[in-house]
Amino acid sequence: MSRQYTIALAGNPNAGKTSVFNALTGARQHVGNYPGVTVEYKEGLAQHQGRTVQVVDLPGTYSLTAYSPEELVARNYLIGRRPDVVVDVVDASNLERNLYLAVQLMELGVPLVICLNMVDVAKTRGLKIDADKLSRLFGVPVVSTVARQNQGMSELLAAAVELAESKPEWHPLNISYGSDVDQGVAEVADILQGAQERHGLLSARWLAVKCLEGDQEVIERVRETPELAEKLLPVCGRVAGHIRSTMDDDPDSIIADYRYGYITGITRQVVSSEREVRMDLSDKLDQVLTHRLMGPIFLFAVLYGIYNFVFWASEVPVVWFEQFFGWLGGAVEGTLPPGVLRSLIVSGIIGGVGGVLGFAPLIAFMFFAIAIMEDSGYMARVAYIMDRVLRIFGLHGNSVMALMVGGGLSGGCAVPGVMATRTLKDPKARLATILTVPFMNCGAKLPVYSLLIAAFFAHRQAEMLFLLTLISWGLGLGAAKLLRVTLLRGEQAPFVMELPPYRAPTMKGLVIHTWERTWQYAKKAGTMILGVSVLMWAAMSFPGLPQEQDAAWQKRIDAAPSAEARLELKSNRAQDELAGTIAGRAGRSLTVLTDPLGFDWRANVALVGGFAAKEVIVSTLGVAYSLGEVDPEHSQSLSKRLAAEKGWNPLKAFALIIFVMVYAPCLATVVMIRKETGTWRWALFSVGYNTLIAYLLALAVFQGGRALGLG
Amino acid sequence: MTPEVTLRQLKPGQRAVVKKVGTGGELGRRMREMGLLPGTEIQVIGRAPLKDPVEIKLRGYNLTLRNNEADFITVEIGGEA
Repeated sequence: MSRQYTIALAGNPNAGKTSVFNALTGARQHVGNYPGVTVEYKEGLAQHQGRTVQVVDLPGTYSLTAYSPEELVARNYLIGRRPDVVVDVVDASNLERNLYLAVQLMELGVPLVICLNMVDVAKTRGLKIDADKLSRLFGVPVVSTVARQNQGMSELLAAAVELAESKPEWHPLNISYGSDVDQGVAEVADILQGAQERHGLLSARWLAVKCLEGDQEVIERVRETPELAEKLLPVCGRVAGHIRSTMDDDPDSIIADYRYGYITGITRQVVSSEREVRMDLSDKLDQVLTHRLMGPIFLFAVLYGIYNFVFWASEVPVVWFEQFFGWLGGAVEGTLPPGVLRSLIVSGIIGGVGGVLGFAPLIAFMFFAIAIMEDSGYMARVAYIMDRVLRIFGLHGNSVMALMVGGGLSGGCAVPGVMATRTLKDPKARLATILTVPFMNCGAKLPVYSLLIAAFFAHRQAEMLFLLTLISWGLGLGAAKLLRVTLLRGEQAPFVMELPPYRAPTMKGLVIHTWERTWQYAKKAGTMILGVSVLMWAAMSFPGLPQEQDAAWQKRIDAAPSAEARLELKSNRAQDELAGTIAGRAGRSLTVLTDPLGFDWRANVALVGGFAAKEVIVSTLGVAYSLGEVDPEHSQSLSKRLAAEKGWNPLKAFALIIFVMVYAPCLATVVMIRKETGTWRWALFSVGYNTLIAYLLALAVFQGGRALGLG
Repeated sequence: MTPEVTLRQLKPGQRAVVKKVGTGGELGRRMREMGLLPGTEIQVIGRAPLKDPVEIKLRGYNLTLRNNEADFITVEIGGEA
């Protein structure tokens, strides 16, 4: 009985690691998150000659230091789980930089197979790589592949399984870092040698190098053994100080220089360049796509195109989903007797989950568009073009995508917007972006705007919507800046970023990307959001009217002279019911706070309901104004009613619009912020921060307007 | 010998050799792991529409960094390693 082997895939971002993983495992994948960090964890199964092999996809990294969560996750996996074989996916057209990780893997000593990927691209660049020689020089198997076209995959798997079957020991590679550093390393390693058994199977030299590099993770581990730390750390400090004074540089810089020196020595022997390519096609494309004038125009056209494509393509499926949930609700309504259970299932569960899942097609297309941008290499250019502007507000070039998806051009959705921040590596800039996304005008806020604009600004509809887009950007960027100079203060993380060559995305890659992310979104809707939407339903249904009042209403309805009169009475009863519920009472008690904003209890109930999903504001206002359920898409009757209603005026409407734009993100977004930041703290902070800003702004608008005599 | 300037001062299309990476810490480490270290040949491909960041080619791939990061890189224009 042979054991199942585990192969770990390592490699640089953009080296084609995902393509290799997809080619090896096909659709048999499982995606998750490493506990406590937002680093994705992927594993799948591959078949090799009737044998099943487990393949684990490590996060893409350039190095194996302890400075980013991805690198730490990758390194800890290798050390802690000791996979049978590590396959390092290396971009053949960019060999030197890719081998930097390979050399570190060899220094760690893992059993390694090098997957020399994208040999076709290298060839078109006029590079000839002698894979056999590379294999001899490194002493590890090297397999040439083109993963996008499934070339070399079975050979790769065969090489990995063969290595695993030989039950390889870990053989750390020792390279020289120059005599000064080597001496220091030897000195530190000697001390560690004595305590070797405490550090498992890691070599003393590797640990010594890490200590001299100032690797916090390894130093922390050393500190766990005080006697060792007492002996070791002063020596490390002295050696590092000596190197600094004699070489005028930090040990980790010198070590990196020597690693690259070692790599250059090898690439000189295995790579021959047939011709020197000064500007390749990708560079020429960059001359146009990042051009001073053409670049921004093209970027705007792409974003506008994505926005239109997503809404155009998802229009029909969204209607299908809506119809399906409508049909499901109707079917349940038809089979169950009226009462609390029916109301719970129809309004609470089907209504709540349907409302969120109904967006799924839209979100899937949004992810599809993002996947195209990422896989083609254009996403990195977006960051490159936008960075200078967004940096002013403490954000990062990559923030622009999240803000756009979140509704930057009005009509996005904050949930995928928050998820799109994963491309941001700078943790503070990422957090600031996550907290800025809810300021954008998402698709669910639009029905509220159109209701109020139609009622009070009917002659200026387009201008109002444009103004609201500008206001949301202004407020969002301002709020980001405010966070970056207070709670999220700090140096900006380095921008230094690879601009990968432009490539045509593969359909397989796009579909897998889109499916994974959409599925994560749908799972969320099925669990967390279900629970909270039931709670919201309960708050807006209980307690119902006392029996005698309900009976009195029923009597009046039964006695109504005409169908219209009966309908009106039913609406009045619904209003009466709502006023008595928990949400209704909350709305009433909140008037103490909202009086200065001009909001009455009806607006308050609607805003409370809007926490579940912003479009609920329109339907709740409908009930509160005795118009029965109002379809958010067809709210003319409600707008007429509001326009005629005493106490409403353009100033109050504008204050309400601003409040709706800014106040607490909807439930689905709050849940997503919790998921992406890993803590409820930031999710709750976002609710408080946004609501406070919304309150102050609405107050300023309403009271300021009144002082100017506008109300 | 050509005068030493910083990477910020290079014009698009210009080639140079890195003489010194004058920063440590996270930024210095990041530059080094991306292969930007003394002796490396670079070429400026272009600049973003607002003149910042800058795009360079080195070791056969393209890298971008902000101008205030490029300030730490001292280069010798046009030299061969």
